[in-house]
Amino acid sequence: MPTYIALTYTADVDWTNPEHADEMAEYREFGQAAQAVIRGGSALYPTTTATTVRVSGGKGGDVLTSDGPYAETKEALTGFYLLECADLDEAVAVAATMPAAWNGAVEIRPVIST
Amino acid sequence: MPVDAVARVLREERTRILATLIRVVGSIDLAEDAVGDAVVRALESWPRDGIPATPRAWLLVVAKRRAIDLLRREALRAGKEAEAVSLLDPDPEPPEVVRDDLLRLVFTCCHPALSVDAQVALALRTLAGLSTAEVARGLLVPEATMAKRLTRARQKIARAEIPYRVPAAEELPDRLTGVAATVYLIFNEGYAAGAGDDLVRTGLTDEALRLARLLAELMPDEPTVLGLLALLMLQDSRRAARVDAYGGPLLLAEQDRSRWDRAAIVAGVELVGRALRRSPDRPDRYAVQAAIAACHALAPTYNRTPWDAVVSWYDVLLTVHDTPVVRLNRAVAVAERDGPAVGLAVVDAIEGLAGYPWWHASRAELLHRLGRGGEAASAYRAALALDVSVPQAAHLRRRLAALSA
Repeated sequence: MPTYIALTYTADVDWTNPEHADEMAEYREFGQAAQAVIRGGSALYPTTTATTVRVSGGKGGDVLTSDGPYAETKEALTGFYLLECADLDEAVAVAATMPAAWNGAVEIRPVIST
Repeated sequence: MPVDAVARVLREERTRILATLIRVVGSIDLAEDAVGDAVVRALESWPRDGIPATPRAWLLVVAKRRAIDLLRREALRAGKEAEAVSLLDPDPEPPEVVRDDLLRLVFTCCHPALSVDAQVALALRTLAGLSTAEVARGLLVPEATMAKRLTRARQKIARAEIPYRVPAAEELPDRLTGVAATVYLIFNEGYAAGAGDDLVRTGLTDEALRLARLLAELMPDEPTVLGLLALLMLQDSRRAARVDAYGGPLLLAEQDRSRWDRAAIVAGVELVGRALRRSPDRPDRYAVQAAIAACHALAPTYNRTPWDAVVSWYDVLLTVHDTPVVRLNRAVAVAERDGPAVGLAVVDAIEGLAGYPWWHASRAELLHRLGRGGEAASAYRAALALDVSVPQAAHLRRRLAALSA
């Protein structure tokens, strides 16, 4: 069965802030309901905590770090799930039940199996 | 054995074999390679030995053998055991299975996870069996762009594992919009001679009609399907009258209406009624287009076409499907109803059709009627400078020559 990563893009919020307790409860509800296909995943701290790393001049070169996410977008990457589904239709159906799907968007990508 | 006959059989059978083989091997790429190989083998041996009694079975056996070779080679390269696939089924697939396979292929090619452009391209290439060059031309994009689009689409199907199946009943209506658009484009590819010298590539129009009939069998209450089938039947009812003795296209006004297929018209008109009754609030785009086709089909002569009704139906169509080409067709009807001066003003006001030959040709025709021969000639030349089929170009040149006569 193929594995997909579901990247959740939503408002760039701090999930640990109690004001998002209701939404976190929704995600827990989703996690319970989709237990059979979820193989992993986490919520992420907001992009204010992000560090972007680049090495200039090729491998072993200078390490350049910058504060913030790789791309500044209106909706940010705020979490991910690994899903093991029968096919893309099932993955889409599961993604459509993630709160991020109506609060933002969910990007599904097939994972290369090793 | 004439090569034409071989090519015709191959064109008819190719898609069915491909559809079945994709299900069996689980890969569009692999199945296309195997079927391509079987077609090449048939082109080598059939003209010499004759077409086999059961060409589909012949092709399927050859394609399956080739698929097994390809699977083994792939497994060897990957250092894996070949998957156990029982490819050599001794019994040929029963017709229902072949039909279901075709529908699977339709719905996979038109999967909503693919862009509409990719859906259309895939269906034309994989389902209708056009060459990449023909698909590119039909969709007015460069061939290299089309090749990339097709590769990306096939890769996405394989890597993201878009399933090869007919959607469940509750998903069907939603999945239909893309399928209908695709089938209609396939029909047009055959009907409007967008892809070569042969004006009516009946294989493609028949394929589209057959697919539309299949969809109608599957979803007999779906207005989109009924409208689509009605539209295709009504347009196809003119097939025999659309070309002159030399294969050149004849305009609606020039056609011998006694050669229209009355049975198809009666059936088509009945279907339009059913489609419109099922969608009173928001008429289906295909049903409305079929209603326009019905106005033409039922008119005893061109001059007795109910232009008022035609223009009204175009107004309805614009509420659900507003495109420059629909606006152009409406403008042509307005010209018939209100005269060439009014029509030309409407045609000229449409933006975005400078690259569309029939916009120039319509302008030319109306300019000619207004006695503005010089401008008409320029407009015909503008149309000829664009991408038109050989018979269409001949037709445009005749109109151009008639101006100076």
